[in-house]
Amino acid sequence: MQHRIPVETLGQEGEVMAHAIEACVHCGFCLPTCPTYLVLGEEMDSPRGRIFLMKEVLEGNLPLEETLPYLDRCLACQACVTACPSGVPYGELIATFRLHTEGKRHRYPLEKVYRQALLRLLPYPERFRPLAQLGSRLKPLLQPLPLPKALKAPIALLPDHLPKEDPYQEVYPAKGVTKARVGLLLGCAQRVLRPAINRATIRVLQENGVEVVAVREQVCCGALNLHAGDKEGAKALARQNLKAFRNVDYVVTNAAGCGSGMKEYPLLFLGEPEEEEARALAAKVKDLTVILEEVGFTPPPPPKPPLRVAYHDACHLAHAQGVREAPRSILKAAGLEVLEPKEWEICCGSAGTYNLFQPEIAEVLGRRKAENLRATEPHLVVSGNIGCLTQIQAYLERGIPILHTAELLEMLYLGQDPREKGATLAS
Amino acid sequence: MGFLEELRALFPPGRLLTKEAELAPYESDALTAYRKRPLAVVLPERKEEVVEAVRLCYRHGVPFVARGSGTSLSGGSLPVEGGLVLALNRMNRILRLDPKARIAVVEPGVVNLEVSRRAAPFGLYYAPDPSSQPISTLGGNVAFNSGGAHCLKYGMTANHVLALEVVTPKGEVVHLGGPSLEGVGPDLHGFFVGTEGLLGVALEITLRLLPKPEAYHTLLAAYGSLEAAGNAVSQVIQSGLLPGAMEIMDRLSIEAAEAAVKAGYPQVEALLIVELEGPKEEVEEEAKLLAQVIGESGATEVRIAQSEAERQAIWKGRKAAFSAVGRLSPDYLVQDGVVPRSRLGEALREIGRLSQAYGLRVANVFHAGDGNLHPLVLYDGKKLGELERAEELAGEILKLCVRLGGSLTGEHGIGVEKKGYMPEMFAPEDLLAMERVKEALDPKGLANRGKVLPGYGQSPHQGGLKTDLGELYA
Repeated sequence: MQHRIPVETLGQEGEVMAHAIEACVHCGFCLPTCPTYLVLGEEMDSPRGRIFLMKEVLEGNLPLEETLPYLDRCLACQACVTACPSGVPYGELIATFRLHTEGKRHRYPLEKVYRQALLRLLPYPERFRPLAQLGSRLKPLLQPLPLPKALKAPIALLPDHLPKEDPYQEVYPAKGVTKARVGLLLGCAQRVLRPAINRATIRVLQENGVEVVAVREQVCCGALNLHAGDKEGAKALARQNLKAFRNVDYVVTNAAGCGSGMKEYPLLFLGEPEEEEARALAAKVKDLTVILEEVGFTPPPPPKPPLRVAYHDACHLAHAQGVREAPRSILKAAGLEVLEPKEWEICCGSAGTYNLFQPEIAEVLGRRKAENLRATEPHLVVSGNIGCLTQIQAYLERGIPILHTAELLEMLYLGQDPREKGATLAS
Repeated sequence: MGFLEELRALFPPGRLLTKEAELAPYESDALTAYRKRPLAVVLPERKEEVVEAVRLCYRHGVPFVARGSGTSLSGGSLPVEGGLVLALNRMNRILRLDPKARIAVVEPGVVNLEVSRRAAPFGLYYAPDPSSQPISTLGGNVAFNSGGAHCLKYGMTANHVLALEVVTPKGEVVHLGGPSLEGVGPDLHGFFVGTEGLLGVALEITLRLLPKPEAYHTLLAAYGSLEAAGNAVSQVIQSGLLPGAMEIMDRLSIEAAEAAVKAGYPQVEALLIVELEGPKEEVEEEAKLLAQVIGESGATEVRIAQSEAERQAIWKGRKAAFSAVGRLSPDYLVQDGVVPRSRLGEALREIGRLSQAYGLRVANVFHAGDGNLHPLVLYDGKKLGELERAEELAGEILKLCVRLGGSLTGEHGIGVEKKGYMPEMFAPEDLLAMERVKEALDPKGLANRGKVLPGYGQSPHQGGLKTDLGELYA
């Protein structure tokens, strides 16, 4: 698409954005996969509509503020990237645009406080944990109160009981011959809300001949900050991780958003001294299921009786990282019947902090996703992302547990019945 | 009351768009070289709202454009400046699906593929398959008489529409056709299909559904030249076979499609896709004959899809080809001229020559079976004069098609893009007759003003029908 963006005055960010806009031919192949277009049915809330709006803003034809309601509603799920035949890097475009405009936009004082609170709490387990503990304890008291949605939404997402997280060892040796040595990204909110996922990931890797290093110096990946337009915050975290993971062959992630966040590090350091190292690290980042496939998966004993699991594609795995086959083939190799829900490409509405900032649309999407998953009549649902787990669980009946892929595999290695175990986890 | 005030009384705030940021994304369809900002966009949810909006436009003399997903490649849903856009995407209900009668009654905002999805449990499907079928709406398909790869065997949209409920530009609601294949009186619904929104807006569409073919046989053949692939098409037809589809892609479009969807195509000069479909035994017999014909056609490599997944991959690449060309060039114009099948090779050679003469790359991907070419003229709009050169080249290709005994458009429509070439194909008297039909139904010239008819919209009396041609030949 033609544009008159003054690329020269916008620096490298301008180039990234202009390149994406040029690649768009406005064909509309993105429309049917865009969750907000599905819900709202209007052009402004579609990928190509948003590309048009960003172009107009960058050209100086439209005031930023007028376009923000539509741009803010974008989940950045990147389903449009999967669907796009002309190869528009929409994920890079929206992320860069958000970084580029954050300082120029108006935010109400209360909104600022809320955002800052989230950005300063969630990425830091030592800060988030005590608050989450307090929140889940007070949940029964708070929930009936007529609180604003901005507060109700995060409280609803907290588990009823916050599990304890044991300290990590430095190194977890591989079982048998060591096939690879990987660093595990421990994450931020996930390790507080569901520490079992990291434990399970470590055990599954060990079972598969992988030595796991829980690198001490690591911090949150910074994806939250990056997607909220807080460039400096994201860079500070990324810099720390560049150092921390220097000495491992791979970095394994078990949250889709963290994996894609780390793969976006080069975007953060465009034209800066760290760019090279950021690219090198991004290339080392792999989802748990991808590394299992690469080292050669050693399946656990198959479940008895047979188990039907519906696999939910997390957007930041399927769309942002293009990982769809690995989890399926791992689950099938583990002897599970893998069910495919319809509308696999449509986001569940979690999308990082989306369900906190846009609770209404998130709720519509959450219900729709739960309905599609339920329709496959599974014993349980699996997915590779904590955000999806919490979001979908909120709309799925209690009878159908939802587990992280690592949790399910660990249960099989331990000879536990995922149905029973999952039911207790989900309650 | 003013027009906008009355519109406000008809549509609640979220469904009447008037702010700049709301209007900008509606400025163009899939032909972004043309852009016009409308006065307002409305999002009707019921047909009564469409009718009221059209009547309001008529009372106030405001031009209007109905649109669905905005996938037109000829600027067919380009807004009129100062006009109203009726965005019908929310009217996306399938009102009735009768598997016994094999019909579906749909609202105009229903997406083409959705009909087949809903009909699938009954073993039925909706045959016309434009490449945009996962996106484009039936209202638009009706307006443009959309075709697709499989129209070779099954015909275009017009062959599958049984009845229409239409609001005319004057706001009258009329019913054309009926649910039976044998209608009474003139084929008025057939007449409405393909009129590109000039005669009104479809409110309800009755579609014919077909039983899904029992078996498919999809063949991919590689050739050393486009001409060789074109000749193979003629040989297949001469052998007496009528495949469901026959498609050709050239090197550039193969490269683009491969980059976009990794269809696994061999990187060659030309690819021919042939798909046989029908009862299993019949397809098996036909496949033998096809193998023989292709074997003798000079193909350098032949592949048969061994599974439904492989078949889908072949089609995915073909159907993504247009947009995928966006990877090769920042801008392109898609042409859609038709030539007699017997003159395909000649047309392709001439297009190659024009491409060289103009110094612009042309990618070819087309419905070879029915001679419907899709040359994509690649250009860079940032380079001074390149758009104009591309348009000129595209025009030469259109003239070539007419000269060879074909037509300006197979399925994309005239829109704004090709209306200047209408006199190449039609005599002044023919055009005048079209304008008179338009005037009779749309005396104020409101419905999709400025499209299709060449003199139209350039008249000094905006809204009147005194066109240049009209004045000349009246």
